[in-house]
Amino acid sequence: MITTLPKTSRQASTALIPSSRHLLDVDSLSSDQIQDLVDTAREFRDLRASTRYKSDILRGTSIYTLFFENSTRTRVSFEHAGKALGADVINISAATSSVNKGESLLNTALTLDSMGVDALVIRHAHSGASHFVSRHVNATVINAGDGAHAHPTQALLDVMTLEAEIGNIRGAKLAMIGDILYSRVARSDIIAFRKMGVEISIAAPPTLLPNGWTAGTNSLNVPDSEVTVHESVEDAVSDADAIMCLRLQLERQTAGLLPDVNEYSRVWGINNQRLALAKPDAPVMHPGPMNEGLEISTEVAHGGRSLVTTQVQNGVAMRMAVLEHFCAAIG
Amino acid sequence: MREQSQPIVIRNGRVIDPSQGFDAIADVVVIGSAVVSIESPGTTELSDGWTEFNAKGKIVAPGFIDLHTHLRTPGQEWKEDPKTASDAAVRGGFTTICAMPNTYPAQDNASVVDALLQRCASEADVRVRLIGAITKAREGHELAPMHELADAGVIGFSDDGDPVMSAHLMRQALAYSSDLDLPVINHAEDRGLVSEWDMNEGPVATHLGLKGIPNSAESMMIARDIVLARMTNGRLHIPHVSTAESVEIIRRAKSDSINVTAEVTPHHLALTQEWVYGEYGEVPNTLTPNAYATNAKMAPPLRAEADRQALIDGLSDGTIDTIGTDHAPHADTDKICTFTEAANGIIGLETALALTVGIAGIGIETVIERFTVGPSAILNDATIGTLRPGMPADITIIDPNAEWQVTSATLGSKSRNTPLLDANVKPRVDATFVNGTKIWDANENGAADA
Repeated sequence: MITTLPKTSRQASTALIPSSRHLLDVDSLSSDQIQDLVDTAREFRDLRASTRYKSDILRGTSIYTLFFENSTRTRVSFEHAGKALGADVINISAATSSVNKGESLLNTALTLDSMGVDALVIRHAHSGASHFVSRHVNATVINAGDGAHAHPTQALLDVMTLEAEIGNIRGAKLAMIGDILYSRVARSDIIAFRKMGVEISIAAPPTLLPNGWTAGTNSLNVPDSEVTVHESVEDAVSDADAIMCLRLQLERQTAGLLPDVNEYSRVWGINNQRLALAKPDAPVMHPGPMNEGLEISTEVAHGGRSLVTTQVQNGVAMRMAVLEHFCAAIG
Repeated sequence: MREQSQPIVIRNGRVIDPSQGFDAIADVVVIGSAVVSIESPGTTELSDGWTEFNAKGKIVAPGFIDLHTHLRTPGQEWKEDPKTASDAAVRGGFTTICAMPNTYPAQDNASVVDALLQRCASEADVRVRLIGAITKAREGHELAPMHELADAGVIGFSDDGDPVMSAHLMRQALAYSSDLDLPVINHAEDRGLVSEWDMNEGPVATHLGLKGIPNSAESMMIARDIVLARMTNGRLHIPHVSTAESVEIIRRAKSDSINVTAEVTPHHLALTQEWVYGEYGEVPNTLTPNAYATNAKMAPPLRAEADRQALIDGLSDGTIDTIGTDHAPHADTDKICTFTEAANGIIGLETALALTVGIAGIGIETVIERFTVGPSAILNDATIGTLRPGMPADITIIDPNAEWQVTSATLGSKSRNTPLLDANVKPRVDATFVNGTKIWDANENGAADA
């Protein structure tokens, strides 16, 4: 039982006026808002590094994580973040909820909303699930990943991680390698990094690129989402300031999109030879979970230029910033 | 169907009857259940017991025919039944609707068809024709008894939303029915190319992370079916054409004198994939909670603007013969869910004119033609879709300038799954006569101007 809370000088940020009370995607965030969240997250990161940080910023706030898909880092980091800020966090997994009895997403969300929850953190396999729930509940909805659409907190922590590593990211070149078509991380990362002025070079099997994307400039049908698609991973990583390696879903092979995961590794995997084409000291990120030895080689995944564990650490800090920002206004 | 007693003169309307090439201000005289004559305006004296309908400023047209309605009866009466489908029809100006066989049980034998026709005769105010299944239980394995169904009165054959995937079976269906002179209507969607999808493959699907289905899933199967129609001398009707490539393939088939007709829906003429953003077709700067609009989900999906333009061109040059609504009622639970979970389809009878004339901007003369002589030719029935003397008095009166708001109250359907919900639209159907009886009158029914 905690009897005293460590005092900190941090107060809930009031600099940010949310344009929406929900965090459904990164499209709706301005570059200033992204920067503010990154700055706030860095403060939290530093506080956590220097003390056993526990605050009461969100004391009395109830946060439910509602996960319809498996997750380790996202769910745990939201829980950790909420508890570090003093919120009451309850985790609901679809496997052990009434969803198993056939309750619809809407009725599940309405049930939880009726309990007086302040924020629902939702992960769902269907694109737009968080948008749908946000139409019907009083609670603030935080999207923790919806289908192939968006994973805003991942994108925010990726921006934070890269900025902390290389400093000013405006004008930097980020090579993004792998499955764009089915990846919510790719979509949110593209939009967030583009908003922050990062140039993005992409390489992927043509079967894992969105419809109509070919070598050259492509976009996600939203302003400032232009990326450059390259025909080879070597071209994409050449002179890159950083590399983002995306997860390969193993079911893409059985779906006929890839002949063989070993061929994928040989043609598109990030290894030391390819890393050497990037700028000296260019870091490598991966949103996890990794297929180590497939899209990323062991020596890169655990090498000196890997930011994978930093991303996880920053994930907790960024989710603290997000919860503080989107829940503090509730109080 | 109700019986008409009083003779009525519909006065001073702009009478548009493509079956006679007629377009002028005139009076339409109806006695009993039939049109008696079209007279110069003001020349018909009212006799004792006659009534008149002032149609000044309005358009008077033959009652519309819809070749593509979903009755949901039997089996899903919570979505629609013959009475509510009829209510929806008359509010949209339709006096004949042709129901797809995706009922439970399917319309795949005479006894099921007989029972539904009887029920419609007693419950619906409009004429209801039925389309029989191509295959037993619409399962795509064995042909349904097509002669038995034809004898029972079906006007064509379709497995509705389930394409006949087997080229072998489609060949047999076209060949076997070629003596019946009834169209085989095959939903063109090659599920071998894409088995699971949410919306049109394109930039909006890319942005929203939804699974796309490309145009070629439709045009490939239309091309196959046209080749089979040529091979068998069968009669092919292509429902809800949605892509530019499909229009081009059908245009070529018609120039080759292959026995093929085609239909387009009001929504594919008027709306595009951007409607999935949920902002009435606008592309928002950032997504709103209205995004992933399930009332913009249907099969085939709303396509790109270039496709929409090609469909309008195809309608204009006669490549596409008829407009069919694909009226597909669904309960709230089928639509208030994630986009991926949502059922395909929207209601379409009430909003057919709003979409084609009001939103797509297609000339009302063309729209009337493709809702009257277009379908009546496919039905081989010259008694409907016309105001020729002696024919049943199925008449639609349209106020081209009246707006109305699409709400649960103004819709006749049991369902309200339309992307136009809450929108103000025009034109408005002011009155609809079936067999000489006024079934719908917007002014009497409280559908006041918006």
